[in-house]
This record gives sequence, C-alpha cells and structure tokens, in this order.
Amino acid sequence: MTPTALALQLLNGLASASALFLVAAGLTLIFGVTRVVNFAHGSLFMLGAYLAWTFGGLFGDGLLAHWSSVLAAAAVVAVIGVAVEALLLKRLYAAPELLQLTATFGVVLIVRDAALAIWGAEDKLGPRVPLLDGTVELAGRAIPEYDLFLVAVGPLVLVGLTWLVTRTRFGMLVRAASENRVLAAALGVRQALLFSAVFALGAGLAGLAGALQLPREPANLNMDLAVVAEAFVVTVVGGLGSIPGAFLAALIIGLVKAVCIGLGTVEIGGFAVAFPRLTLVAEFVVMAIVLAAKPHGLLGVPPPVLATTPLAEQREHVRVPGRRAAIVAALAFGALALLPLGSDDYLLVLATDVLVATLFAASLQFIMGPGGMTSFGHAAYFGVGAYAAALAFRHGWPMLASLALAPIAALVAALFLGLFAVRLAGVYLAMLTLAFAQIVWSVVFQWDAFTGGSNGLVGIWPPEWLAGRERFYLFGLVVLAAALLLLARIVHSPFGFALRAVRDSSLRAAAVGIDVRAIQWRAFALAGAFAGLAGGLYAFSKGSISPETLAIPRSVDALVMVLLGGLNALAGPLLGAAAFTWMQDELSRATDYWRAATGAVILLIVLAFPQGIGGALARLRLPAPWRAP
Amino acid sequence: MSLLRRTVLLAVAAFALPLHAQSIKLGELNSYKVFPAFLEPYKKGMELALEEINAAGGVLGRRLELVSRDDNGNPGDAVRVAEELITRERVALLMGTFPSNVGLAVADLAKQRKVLFIAAEPLTDKIVWESGNEYTFRLRASTYMQTAMLVPEAAKLGKKRWAIVYPNYEYGQAATATFKRQMIARAGGGIEFVEQAVPLGKIEPGPVVQALVDAKPDAIFSSLFGPDLARFVREGQLRGLFRDRPVFNLLGGEPEYLDPLKDEAPVGWWVTGYPWYAIDTPEHKRFRDAYQKKFGDYPRLGSVVGYATVHTAAAALRKAGSTDTAKLVAAMKGLEVDTPFGRIAYRALDHQSTMGAYVGRTAVKDGKGVMVDWRYADGKDFLPGDDEVKRLRPAR
Repeated sequence: MTPTALALQLLNGLASASALFLVAAGLTLIFGVTRVVNFAHGSLFMLGAYLAWTFGGLFGDGLLAHWSSVLAAAAVVAVIGVAVEALLLKRLYAAPELLQLTATFGVVLIVRDAALAIWGAEDKLGPRVPLLDGTVELAGRAIPEYDLFLVAVGPLVLVGLTWLVTRTRFGMLVRAASENRVLAAALGVRQALLFSAVFALGAGLAGLAGALQLPREPANLNMDLAVVAEAFVVTVVGGLGSIPGAFLAALIIGLVKAVCIGLGTVEIGGFAVAFPRLTLVAEFVVMAIVLAAKPHGLLGVPPPVLATTPLAEQREHVRVPGRRAAIVAALAFGALALLPLGSDDYLLVLATDVLVATLFAASLQFIMGPGGMTSFGHAAYFGVGAYAAALAFRHGWPMLASLALAPIAALVAALFLGLFAVRLAGVYLAMLTLAFAQIVWSVVFQWDAFTGGSNGLVGIWPPEWLAGRERFYLFGLVVLAAALLLLARIVHSPFGFALRAVRDSSLRAAAVGIDVRAIQWRAFALAGAFAGLAGGLYAFSKGSISPETLAIPRSVDALVMVLLGGLNALAGPLLGAAAFTWMQDELSRATDYWRAATGAVILLIVLAFPQGIGGALARLRLPAPWRAP
Repeated sequence: MSLLRRTVLLAVAAFALPLHAQSIKLGELNSYKVFPAFLEPYKKGMELALEEINAAGGVLGRRLELVSRDDNGNPGDAVRVAEELITRERVALLMGTFPSNVGLAVADLAKQRKVLFIAAEPLTDKIVWESGNEYTFRLRASTYMQTAMLVPEAAKLGKKRWAIVYPNYEYGQAATATFKRQMIARAGGGIEFVEQAVPLGKIEPGPVVQALVDAKPDAIFSSLFGPDLARFVREGQLRGLFRDRPVFNLLGGEPEYLDPLKDEAPVGWWVTGYPWYAIDTPEHKRFRDAYQKKFGDYPRLGSVVGYATVHTAAAALRKAGSTDTAKLVAAMKGLEVDTPFGRIAYRALDHQSTMGAYVGRTAVKDGKGVMVDWRYADGKDFLPGDDEVKRLRPAR
C-alpha cells in the first residue's frame, strides 16, 4: 500500500468512524446516567433509517426536503425512545441491572417484527443527498462528498455534546446523576425527568445516525443487531459514559478496519495473511486488547468499590438445602424420568432441548448469581464444548469419551479467559467475555479445514445404544441431574460461601484472607466447564453443529433464561429454560409474528416478576429448593 | 366440558376428519424471519403450486397439505422443528431451508431419521457432494453451477488481473474458489487475483472499493448480494470503480437483490438471475399469469423455487405411488418435473436437480434494473463430469 493509498484509506476510516460514533454516543450517554445497557439502541438506529426513507418519500426531492426528513426521523425516534423509557424501563430501575437488558432485548424483537410489518421485507435504498451526491478528486481518486460531510459531522456532534455536558445546567445534572444517582436525587434533582430527557437525546442520536446512514446503506431488517454489537464495543473501549472516549474508540476501530481492508493479502514470513478477513472480528480484537491493558476503557474511570452488594435479596442468609429440598429434587427427577411413558416423541425432543438449556443456564446462573460476575459471551464455552465433542467424535473417539472432552476443553478456554476477566467487573467484564466469544466464533467460522467453517460439522449422532429419542432423553436427564447435584454441592461448599463473600463485599472478603481473584478465577472456569458439558450434550442431541452454537444470540438466550428463572433461585435455570423453550416452540407455530410475541411475553414476565419466575415462587414460601442459594 | 363446547368440537371433528384423514402432509421449514426478502415470495410460490395441485384432484387421490415452520435461521432450531414435523405431524417428507448450515443439518437429520428431504434453496456444493446422503435431494443450481455459468463469458474476455469480492462465509468462499480454479484451467496460467472478503451484511464499502481501485484490476468478480451488494454498487459507481471494467456478479440479476437498486442498478454487468418480465416460454407465462392473478404482484426467484419445490414433492409422490420413504427416495432418482424454467430432472448420480439459471447482462429500463441479452443456462451443462462427481461424493 502506497502512502497516498494509506492516507485515503484513513479518510475512509474516518467516515465510518463518524457514523459509528453517532450511534455509540447515544448509547454511552444513556448508560452513563441510567446504567441501562440498552440492547434496543440498534433498533432505534434501524427505525431512524426506515423513517428517513418514509419521510423522504413523503417530502419529495430537494435539499430542504432531504434534511427535513432526516430531522423528522430523528425526532420521531426520540419520541419512541422516551416511550420505551416511560412505559418500560421506568418500572425497572430498581431491579437488577441485567433485567433491563432482558427487557430491552424484548423491545428488539418487537421492533424488528414491527418494521417487517410496516416496511415489508425488501431493502429500502435511500436517495442520494442533494449537493453531496458527487465526488471530490483527491490524489487521483474519487472521494464521495457525503463521506467528507460525515467526517465533519462526527467532531461537530462531539463538540456539541461536550458543550452540552460540561457547560449547561442540563449537563451538570447529567454529570451529577452519572456520578452518584442517589446523592443527586437527595439533592432534589428530578430523576424521572432527567432520565427521560437523556433517553430522548440518546434515542434521537441513534435515529439521527440511522437517518444519516440511509444514503450509504439500504434500510434493512438486520441493521439493528449488526450495529448494536459494534456500538457496545465502541462504548466500552472508550470507557462507559465517556463521550470523548466513544469518539476515540470509534476512530480507532474505523481506522483499523480501513487499514485491514487496504492491506489486502500480505506475505508475512512465507504465509499469506488475508487482512480483509480480519474485519469480521477487528472491533472485538481491539476491545480485548484495550480491556486487557486498561480495564475501564480508554477514557473511563473505575466505578467506586461498593461496600456491599446493592441487591438486598443476595444479602439474605444462605441455608444449606436440607432433607426437604432433597425430597423435592428427587421427586422432580422421578417425575421427569417418567416423562417418556406418557408423551409423544416430540415432547421428548423438546424436553431434551430443555435439559441442555437448563444445564447451560445453570452454569451461567452459577457465575452470575453466587459469583456476581456477568457473562455476555457464555456461548463461547458452550460452543467450545460442542466443537470439542464433535471433533473428537469425528476423529473416531467413542461418544462418551468425546462428551467427556467437552467440559475439559471448555474449562481450558475459561481458565485462559479468566486470567484476564477476573481483573474486571460489571459491564466491562461482560463485554470482555463477549469479545472473547466473538473471537472464538470468528476462528471457528473461518477455519474451514478443521471446524467446517460456516457450515459446521454434521454426522454427530449418538451410537446405537443411545440412538432413540427416549434413550437419549433419559441419558441427558441423568447427566443433567449429576451435574446439577455437583453444582449445588459446590454452591454450598466452603468454596461457594467464599465466592458469595467475594460477591457481596470483595473488600471485606480480602480483609479476612480470601484470595478474591483466585476464587473468581476458579468459579469462572467451573462455569465454563458446565457450559461445555451442555454444549457436548447439545451436539449429540442435534447431530450437527455450526458456528451459531457460539454466536451472540445463544449467549443472549441463556441470559434471558437465567433472568426469567430468577438469578438467585436454585430451580431458576430449569424454570427459565423450560419456559423459554416452550414459549419459543409454541409461539413460532402460533403466529407469523412469533418474534414480536416472544418479545411481548418477555416484557410481561419481566414486568410482572422482576425477580424471575423462581424468585416469585420463592416469595410464596415454597420449599427450600426454590429459595435463594 | 360444556354441552356447547362438546357440540362445537364434534362438529369440527366431523368436518375436519374426512379432509385430514386423506391429506398428505408436506413438512416444510425455512428461515422466514431471517431472509424475508427471498422467502415471502417463496411461500407464495408454494401456495400457488399447492392450489393448482389440489384443484386438479390432489395426489394419489388425496389432498396435499403444507405444514410450514420457521427454523429461525439456525441449525439447532431447524433440527427441532424438523423433528416436530416428523414425529407429531407425521409428514411424508421434509422440504425447504435457506442457509447452507441449516440445509446441511436438516439433511443429516433426514439421513438419521430416514426421511426424504428436498433442499429447496441452500446453494452449498457440499449438500449433494461432500456431505451428500441417500435421503437428500437439492433443487436449486448450486454455487458451483452458477459460478460455472459465468466463467465462459469471463474467460472469453482474456483479462489477466481479476479482483474478487465476496461475503466471508462458505457461499462466497466456494464461489471464489470455483471461479479461480476454472479461470486458471481455461486460461492456463498468467492470471492474477486480488481478493476482498467482507463480513456478511457488514461491508465497509468505502475502504473496500478504494482498495479495489488501488489494485487496478482488469475485471471484477463478485458474489455479494442483499444490502452488501447495494452498498458496493453505490460506492463503486461513485468512485468510478466500474468504469471500463467488466464486472461479474453471481445472483446479481435476481429480482430480490436487483430491484431495491432501482435506477441505480449497474449497467452491463454479467449476472445470474431471473428476468421474469421477459421469459415468454408457455410454461413460464402460465406460471407468471397465475401468480400475478393470485397475488397481484410479480414473481421473484423465490416464488419459482417455492413453486418448483412443491411440484417436485407432488411428482415424487405420484411416481412412488405411496408415501413410503424408501419408495419416495427411489422415485426421486431421475425424477422429471415441469417447472416454470422448463423440465428438470433430479440426477440419480448426486441428487442434484438440473434446474438452471438465467445468465445475462444488467441494464436500467424505466427506472428499474433489468436483465438483457439473457439466455437460459441449463443446469445439466454446468456440472462436472460423472467421474469427478463420484470422487466428490464419497459413497457412504
């Protein structure tokens, strides 16, 4: 690449960075003040693009019409954002942080189906922008005027937002609430109003970003999740809540991608390295590196260490399950073992799915509940387990040996990531796990010769003695029961108590001589191993696997299941997994708009049972296994 | 149970039984919510075929019934809904699927559960070759076939330096590999390739187009589609990438991907696709008229695929004279089916149908992208020789 080519690629990178910054700025603003990880931010972006297309059609051609349509789209999206905040999130501010994430995920599902119903399936390409539809000649190459315009917009928005936050009264309140919500409220800041205003601003920015993207990308139904993952990364790399940080991060990611594309295939030490292929995962590699070096992002500040866990129910005294719990668990196992007698084959298929999902959710609940650590990338271990088992099996290992390899491989993966992860907490930790999962995903996705690439591996069926649906279900049930028993023992062992001590107050735990990081590291690895076992079971239950076993949606599914079941109820994973699997199965047959229906049900459950189904049952004073560990 | 409810249920049962006792169920699954642009027309195509078949008295004296499920675009869910179709709905056969990984997973399940599976849309070569199995047949022209359809024109140009841009997953990789292999085989060396792999749905058009401009290729081969294609076209036209450079784009002439571009559709590109407005064979005219009459909309390629899939299932049932899987599989081998593209056959050798595609050049007419100078490329002419296929499809 010549220096001129490089310079122009950097310019291209700047244009992409500007577009990315606009989305991320809204996200980081909202997070800074409300602590809501807004999964629906990408949906707002998508709505901005679609609305700009609609308004563009209504207002007609011309300069004024174009920019009116952009502003109108941003305004409508701001109103939608406020509506989501007022109707949904306002009711959830007191609930655990992750519940809000689940709720916004419900919004994602609803918005996507709504967009399909309103705008139809075909992509909507917007018109070119009047006066900015040509190119400028630079070093013998044509650079689109609109790109140059975008390069200017990013810094302008940065300056505007910085002015708003540092120089106005509104900004002062935003900063106060970002720093200490409780104190700001005590000093008479009207939080409800402030939060709504911040949400309007953040959503409006997302809508604006979508509307500005329309001349570059047709409005389509996959924009939402594509952009939100990237926006998360930018937000975290820059430091949560830091607007200049988001700008810097967007810049780095935009430039890295442009340079990767510009480099093309390069010979390095005899190997041909195809740099463009790296764009699949470039932002996650950047994030992993940044978080490993700077645990709070480039310009983020470490959050204050809390004296104790903010969640009251986690502080409750933990009793080791007694005989009654054992009886209930034994009865439940017995009832489940009898399932093949009274049901058709399909119910067994569903039940097998529930078993796998339960084990997967239980491993996540272990790390999130007693461990107090969040994982957004739990699918990584599930997938590593699934691939380890499948690959071993394809290389001639017997099934049981292959299955045994699954938790071991996942354990190794989790031990490795754990080295970096235990230095982080909260959303940063969650995002590092996400980055790890995405990197593993991209390796599996691209390593055709070993993992089968995007097609995955087929022919992973259990041997004759386990081949029937009934036998495999019973086998899965035994594996699950053994794993859950082991997990319950671990939770109530001295190690489990130490883990909860670390969660509730790492300062005090350290003071009594607990090695905080070592405990967390071990917990992390254990959770990975159980997830890997679930992945191994999954591979043999489906007969085939592909990279989607480690993709983001699977991690999100597990989160939703854990939160539906209840973060602190022992039976939570079973309830959450069963409810989620059954719901998806029923709804997908009941209506074409099953995604929206799933989203609506998630919202209802979240609003009705903020402690999850398991938590709600615990309040009814049910026997011990339903109560908090 | 109240008296009223009981009466209603009895009435429903009395009404429904004779119909259901006789109908043959086709189990269909597809990623309706992940690829709606292709699959909504596909579903309409299936409905049209079903209506025609039942109006003509059904198959084997029984009505055909379509049981359709959404597989969520992921193999795990697809295997679950396929199991539901097999066990609970007791379907005669499975059909459908769109992405290759889902198609391969369902094909493998079909082998395990010994059910016939007609893969409608997945393009991957592996579903009939490397991972091919006794129970799986595929309708559409594969990645290999469609690439091979473009190669003769590309080779004729005698260009030496080719830029290749493709979505970074199996379809794009396979198209790229096939193109390179066949171009080298024809030109006998002296050809260079520069490649850009872009993440599916997330192309960075500015940097990609500039990198291609900087590479100064003589010609371009692309397998982009959907939003990636739209962004590539707009950016490339703006930056002059396509000036004086021949461009080949797999699938670029399919209405699903060409229509959103409207008057910005590229001009003079070689593409595979479906010029529904211009094909005037009697079989296609009949299909197009019936489709437009029923839905008030023009057919897309998806419509043809859905339509031909249901007709394939009906033809297989007729030929087998039964819903028994072994007989159906035997019937599928060499089965001939009349489709809007003419008569096709499912090869006994590798279970691939000979359905072809239209190859032509793009143009803009009345503010819309169209294909001109097109011809029908029959699928049977673009497959490797039998010995090569036998090598590619190991006997299991």
